[in-house]
Amino acid sequence: MADDDIILSELSDDDLVLQMHDDLYDGLKEEIEEGVGILLERGWTPYDVLTRALVAGMTIVGADFRDGILFVPEVLLAANAMKGGMAILKPLLIATGAPRMGKMVIGTVKGDIHDIGKNLVAMMMEGAGFEVVDLGINNAVEKYLEALEREGADILGMSALLTTTMPYMKVVIDTLKEKGLRENYIVLVGGAPLNEEFGRAIGADAYCRDAAVAVETAKSFIARKHNALRA
Amino acid sequence: MSNALSRLLATRPWLMADGATGTNLFNMGLSSGDAPEMWNADQPEKIRTLYRLAVDAGSDIFLTNSFGGNASRLKLHNAQARVHELNRLAAALGREVADAAGRPVVVAGSVGPTGDIFAPMGTLTHALAVEMFHEQAEGLKAGGADVLWVETISAPEEFKAAAEAALLAGMPWCGTMSFDTAGRTMMGVTSAQLAALVEKLPNPPIAFGANCGVGASDLMRTILGFVAAGTERPIIAKGNAGIPKYHEGHIHYDGTPELMAEYAVLARDAGARIIGGCCGTMPDHLKAMRAALETRPPGPRPTVEDIAARLGGYSSASDGTGDDEGPVRERRGRRRS
Repeated sequence: MADDDIILSELSDDDLVLQMHDDLYDGLKEEIEEGVGILLERGWTPYDVLTRALVAGMTIVGADFRDGILFVPEVLLAANAMKGGMAILKPLLIATGAPRMGKMVIGTVKGDIHDIGKNLVAMMMEGAGFEVVDLGINNAVEKYLEALEREGADILGMSALLTTTMPYMKVVIDTLKEKGLRENYIVLVGGAPLNEEFGRAIGADAYCRDAAVAVETAKSFIARKHNALRA
Repeated sequence: MSNALSRLLATRPWLMADGATGTNLFNMGLSSGDAPEMWNADQPEKIRTLYRLAVDAGSDIFLTNSFGGNASRLKLHNAQARVHELNRLAAALGREVADAAGRPVVVAGSVGPTGDIFAPMGTLTHALAVEMFHEQAEGLKAGGADVLWVETISAPEEFKAAAEAALLAGMPWCGTMSFDTAGRTMMGVTSAQLAALVEKLPNPPIAFGANCGVGASDLMRTILGFVAAGTERPIIAKGNAGIPKYHEGHIHYDGTPELMAEYAVLARDAGARIIGGCCGTMPDHLKAMRAALETRPPGPRPTVEDIAARLGGYSSASDGTGDDEGPVRERRGRRRS
């Protein structure tokens, strides 16, 4: 229906941003890329485009995923649309020295090869503007530690699907403690068989029930960290 | 009705399936990260023991040690060339144990998900999935499996691909999905949608249902969803023995044999014909379930409230079916396409 077509370039800034939130929700990559281009042409800073158009839109996707309104296929499409926008913004963000959201090192723990949940968290974290270093599956403690240091990461994310591999998360956290590094990182854990009680028992900062919760938790810990630095 | 499962279903009101495979194998010394399927070749006596534990605890059906036996999963262990061999052995060991049981026991060839995501977001295509499942099915068939048992699936595309593989292999099959996300599968499938999906297949399964997921209560709500969808097909209930808890360095499931016995009776009264456990369900749980199914008289179909009162609460308010389809987000304008 031609008269239903929305011409993105004819929308006001406010309407365009709202439309981009909807387009992210619907996983429309080309429209997101177009919207990002229009806002940049109108003189928006890359950081504003990232936070007000893309991150705000993905926050809605995340909330509806958390609330059981959206499911994995829709979230994957939204993350893919977000990625299209990020590809345009990334070099500009670096060039303009925009503030970083934070950097996460993520991987499934030693012995665990189940990675769908971990991949979802990585995608949603990228969608929220975080930098993500994905170590893949079956990671030994040395590999996590080496990556955290090399990348100057803020957050460590560990995932496990098996009840037999969950305890390895504690090995990683205990090693961080032994080396006096534990306080340098926000440690988030997740995976189908985990729960809050387990997260507390092994000394993680938080257990994240799903990818949306992981993003919200990471944001609030990073904000606290920034506040603490300022104080 | 030339297969062992249909014959048993025709003579009995309910059948008991088995419990956990992984949890039992880890107790026998399997290291996490190793492929359990390797033991079909390297530790056959332990796999026989695994099967015998289920048979001796009263299972009428047990699943073979082949859950991760497709090329995509075995590739993580560089064993993608051994799909046929490892599946054939899984079923052949099962055949031995079943034939020695002294009563009819069904060898169900376990087929788990590929772990891949379908295109366009992932790499998996229908043709590729059918090819992988078919390869696995032929191995299970060669080893003497009575039926294929497709389980823990979350994507409808993958379920359909497994059905097609069963057709290609000329095998009767059963199929269950894992409803672990607000009453739906990870990919958003509701119990009502699965009930509708199985009837549209050219080769519908002998029985279908739910396995794994969150806990016994959630799984029971899913069973009620199948029943409400009006299915005439036998329903499978294979729930976890509670929820895993961390206790002094190791993990155990908090569901007691008593709880699982309660769950088994509720599942039968709700209308499930094939009842078993999944993760954390050990021989003691199975024995308690069998005893309860045999001794406790059938009761009325439980309501969601009855289930919560007897097994504990649910992980989400809604399961996305019926009048309560859950909230929907209002959006500006229409979807552009």
